[in-house]
Amino acid sequence: MKRVARVLAFAQTAYFVAVAQTATAQVDEAPSVLVESPPPADYNAKLLLTNGISTIGGASGGGISDWATIAGRQSDRGIGVQLHVSGAVLPDYLWQSHGIAVGIADRVELSYARQNFDTQDVGAALGIGQGYVLNQDVWGAKLRVAGDTVYGSPLLPQIAVGVQYKRSLDGGVAAAVGAAHDEGVDFVVSATKLFLARSILLDATARMTKANQNGLLGFGSVGNDDYSVQFEGALAYQFSRRFVMGAEYRSKPDNLGLGEDDWIDIFAAWGATDNITVTAAYADLGSIATFEGQRGVFAQAQLAF
Amino acid sequence: MFELALTFLMMQQAPAENTDWDEAFGVEEAVRDPQTGELPVDPYDVDNANAGAKPFSGSSIAADFGGKDGIRQIADRFVDLNISDPRVAAIFAGHDHVRLRRTLYEQFCYILNAGCEYTGRDMATAHQGLGTRKPDLNAIVENLQKAMREADVSFVAQNRFLAKLAPMYGDVVTR
Repeated sequence: MKRVARVLAFAQTAYFVAVAQTATAQVDEAPSVLVESPPPADYNAKLLLTNGISTIGGASGGGISDWATIAGRQSDRGIGVQLHVSGAVLPDYLWQSHGIAVGIADRVELSYARQNFDTQDVGAALGIGQGYVLNQDVWGAKLRVAGDTVYGSPLLPQIAVGVQYKRSLDGGVAAAVGAAHDEGVDFVVSATKLFLARSILLDATARMTKANQNGLLGFGSVGNDDYSVQFEGALAYQFSRRFVMGAEYRSKPDNLGLGEDDWIDIFAAWGATDNITVTAAYADLGSIATFEGQRGVFAQAQLAF
Repeated sequence: MFELALTFLMMQQAPAENTDWDEAFGVEEAVRDPQTGELPVDPYDVDNANAGAKPFSGSSIAADFGGKDGIRQIADRFVDLNISDPRVAAIFAGHDHVRLRRTLYEQFCYILNAGCEYTGRDMATAHQGLGTRKPDLNAIVENLQKAMREADVSFVAQNRFLAKLAPMYGDVVTR
């Protein structure tokens, strides 16, 4: 009891001393020469556009190619968020995807995307139903292991490794076309660098995958269930801080023997504000499920913090 | 025990009102050079290599920046933007702005091959202890871009210059 009283007495004295000191400090305070206003709440820690353009798989990249960039507008001590909605109109199909990516300390990226692929008349022709929609979930994790997209030696690009778990929600269709699995894991290595002296951004990415049409038609096939290494890359030119145009390429395996083609696109991306990026592209997706010449317009809106 | 310590603490006599604390602690006041208006710095070896980048060859890039006059304007505007930018002003608050304006001008002018010698310190020494982080550097780059844009430097020329500065990252960002 005595001990408690003693502690209380001490606390009270300490409090009075503190109050007295504060009062003195207020009186004596000279006009501060330090800057008082803290950074604004909407502090964009990254340079414009360096959070990339969310890919159809949800990771930060260039639209169809994954890059080593980390999503979101935060840097080494923040957690950034990047949301996107994409759509593409093709001769025989409609594509829609949306997703979220979280960038932690510009080091780790966790992403999710939902892909919806409307088969329209093809669905009826293939006997799965008019306007049948193939759906897929993609969960991704990416780690930046070295380098920086903008700073440091021009010879050291930003390098990242990633894994993506893809799950087709239409296993029946995948099995019917001969796929071995309705889920699969991709392993991705990317290197990205902005060569400021030329205003050119280059990306080169290798992907180990079994995915058929990105996974929408399942993974592997009964006859060929091996991983293959595929290449994807981008070349972009920076016209201004806010405007970039470029081209992308993404190779794909043809496990199902349906004549699956590589993808290419040309794109224009505009950083409308610090937080909004709008992208339009003309994409050539080649043959999809034997329906050839799938070329069309792709558009995306992205919001990042 | 606590009360005892506290009692002694409070019994201490307050120091006299007119104590010269600088003298008591041996603090010497920095005096600006009457000629240049700059505060003195510790001696160092003057060398163009301190600029941290090889200069451009040829005179086209200097012309893109408006020669020495244009470069001085850009360097001045760049400093103005930084010291009034709430994101990074604190980094510059304790700085000798007179010297900063001169050495930045010299560095820009030397790298852009506009006919200057760089007499400032090397990048690692000049940025020591500033505690600059990557987001700060990004903000500073934005300010430099703004200063160059206002001076009608083409985006291509802006990026060529930034390419000379970007490799200094490791010396500038210290935490």
